[in-house]
Amino acid sequence: MEPFKSVSSIVTPLDKVNVDTDQIVPKQFLKLVQKSGFGKFLFFNWRFDENENKKSDFILNDPKYKNSQILVTGDNFGCGSSREHAVSALLDYGFSVIIAPSFADIFLSNCFKNGILPITLDQQLVEKLQQENGAINVDLENQIIKTPSEEISFGIDSYKKKILLEGLDDIAQTFQYEDKILEFEKESKLPSVL
Amino acid sequence: MGKTLFEKIWESHIVVEKQNDPSLIYIDRHLVHEVTSPQAFEGLRMNNRKVRRPDLTIATMDHNVPTTDRSLPILDQTSSVQIQTLEKNCKEFGIKLFDINSPNQGIVHVIGPQLGITLPGTTIVCGDSHTSTHGAFGALALGIGTSDVEHVLASQTIWLEKPKPFEIRVEGKRKNPHAVTAKDIILSIIKNIGTGGGTGTVVEYRGDGITDLSMEQRMTICNMSIEAGARAGLIAPDEKTFDYLRGRKYTPKNYESLVDFWKDHLKTDSDAKFEKQFTLHIDDIAPQVSWGTNPGMTSDVTESIPSPDEFSKGDSNQKKGAEKALDYMALKPGTAIEDIKIDRVFIGSCTNARLEDLIEASKVIKGQKISPNVQAMVVPGSHMVKKQAEEMGLDKIFINANFEWREAGCSMCLGMNPDILSPGERCASTSNRNFEGRQGTGGRTHLVSPVMAAAAAIKGHFVDVRKMDLS
Repeated sequence: MEPFKSVSSIVTPLDKVNVDTDQIVPKQFLKLVQKSGFGKFLFFNWRFDENENKKSDFILNDPKYKNSQILVTGDNFGCGSSREHAVSALLDYGFSVIIAPSFADIFLSNCFKNGILPITLDQQLVEKLQQENGAINVDLENQIIKTPSEEISFGIDSYKKKILLEGLDDIAQTFQYEDKILEFEKESKLPSVL
Repeated sequence: MGKTLFEKIWESHIVVEKQNDPSLIYIDRHLVHEVTSPQAFEGLRMNNRKVRRPDLTIATMDHNVPTTDRSLPILDQTSSVQIQTLEKNCKEFGIKLFDINSPNQGIVHVIGPQLGITLPGTTIVCGDSHTSTHGAFGALALGIGTSDVEHVLASQTIWLEKPKPFEIRVEGKRKNPHAVTAKDIILSIIKNIGTGGGTGTVVEYRGDGITDLSMEQRMTICNMSIEAGARAGLIAPDEKTFDYLRGRKYTPKNYESLVDFWKDHLKTDSDAKFEKQFTLHIDDIAPQVSWGTNPGMTSDVTESIPSPDEFSKGDSNQKKGAEKALDYMALKPGTAIEDIKIDRVFIGSCTNARLEDLIEASKVIKGQKISPNVQAMVVPGSHMVKKQAEEMGLDKIFINANFEWREAGCSMCLGMNPDILSPGERCASTSNRNFEGRQGTGGRTHLVSPVMAAAAAIKGHFVDVRKMDLS
């Protein structure tokens, strides 16, 4: 995973609540066995009509947001299916920060595993950021979002911050505790499945 | 202070604990399927890693398998590649696989309990959000993403922030338990607490309305915990739980001594504290029908489609969501739910495709024909369910009523195989998600119980199944 760098870009305001992972990546694209290249399927049914022409009324099709790396959206983002393809698609498309009043749990966990920073902020701050026209800066090291007019601090636990900032392979991190895992297994009374 | 059932399971699985940071939790059972695993196995290969505990890992193929004649080749090339990839990966890493021709094949959340792989007090994960189903047995069962699948394959652990315990009490007695089902209970709960109501929590379902339920009905409840946003849902095990698992194919040899231990340990202490609480009284609840594009957008079958104002109770974002949902569903506020005509019926999925579901639905249709305007199918949750149903002659009841009787898999719950809705088609479905395009691009899904789906198939529109003879 690439280390997370500070991000400066305009925000893409996606003014919707309960955006589920079926919308982020529809099921027909889950059959691929590789991890890359999902960006072209992001919000597929919202971006394209039945003839695969771009729908002009969907925000991601507005050229203004072409290089935006920050998605600012509504409550309960990423609900539904556990498909990590949703996070892969957002990242591959170009988003590395997602800001919302709340996220679904599995989606949130998937973000950290792929180098996307999800930030939970109060509804009012989210709505304010959605109105922001200029570029904003997201600084994970100092946990601050800088807009042209203010600075907003945000929370994150130290383990996840470290994983993102250093781009760590978390399996390698876990292997440092192999003796503890072994110890747990020795004491477990539960038999194997087979 | 006492502890909740969830806290007891959590604490007995901590490998590493740090203050204010996630804990490393040991995983007792890992279920694997074809869609969310290929990238995980590829990650292992790239880093030259092994599967730590193949003996705690079980795989099957369910999401994109065809439900038609299994002796024919799979026509969809990408599905075929994904299925072959799972076969190859299981062989390479030494994992037991129930493949498309195995008598044990089926939806992963149906076969786990049926085979005695799911056990009380255990931690279970699968790269699928409906893993919460296994919580019906008093297990902590979590859906995870593909990176975590890789992490569990490599280390048999995951890093998890401790969720908060949430008590949902279901109190009272349903007047007509054949017509008002577990599906109606869980849809009523989600309608009340919302699709984000359980976020960050593990729900424990309690009360006489829960203990009264059979194991298969409890699975329907726990299955949809994720639709309320919960990390997991569980029910304390009791004699019904222990009886269900006794003598199954993979039930452990020392089962009775485990049962003795579980009886003493797997319950919430009387002085335990939950951080959140909700109570549903079920004496008078009606069969439920979803009308929108998330499972919280649900009403009683006796009601009409609500206006977005009425639904949102002043929340402008929810109002916008409801407007958009009604537009997608092509429904107008004020339309009686019983007046909504349907094109398709799907009885299937990890929510409602177990033997009891099929028995109950068959009672509704016995001796009748489905409406000529409706196309209907039954997709049993597993090959074993299909076989048991056939032994009881249920297949004939469905076929005689003009239902299609299919092979086991996830099928039209998510339409990754050829079983999909066409744009604009309206479906009464026993599955768990009515998201836009879930069952096929442009398709319109209404979530209902198996008996409500069967009744709708006969009438060609929704109908209050309480009015029908279910004897």
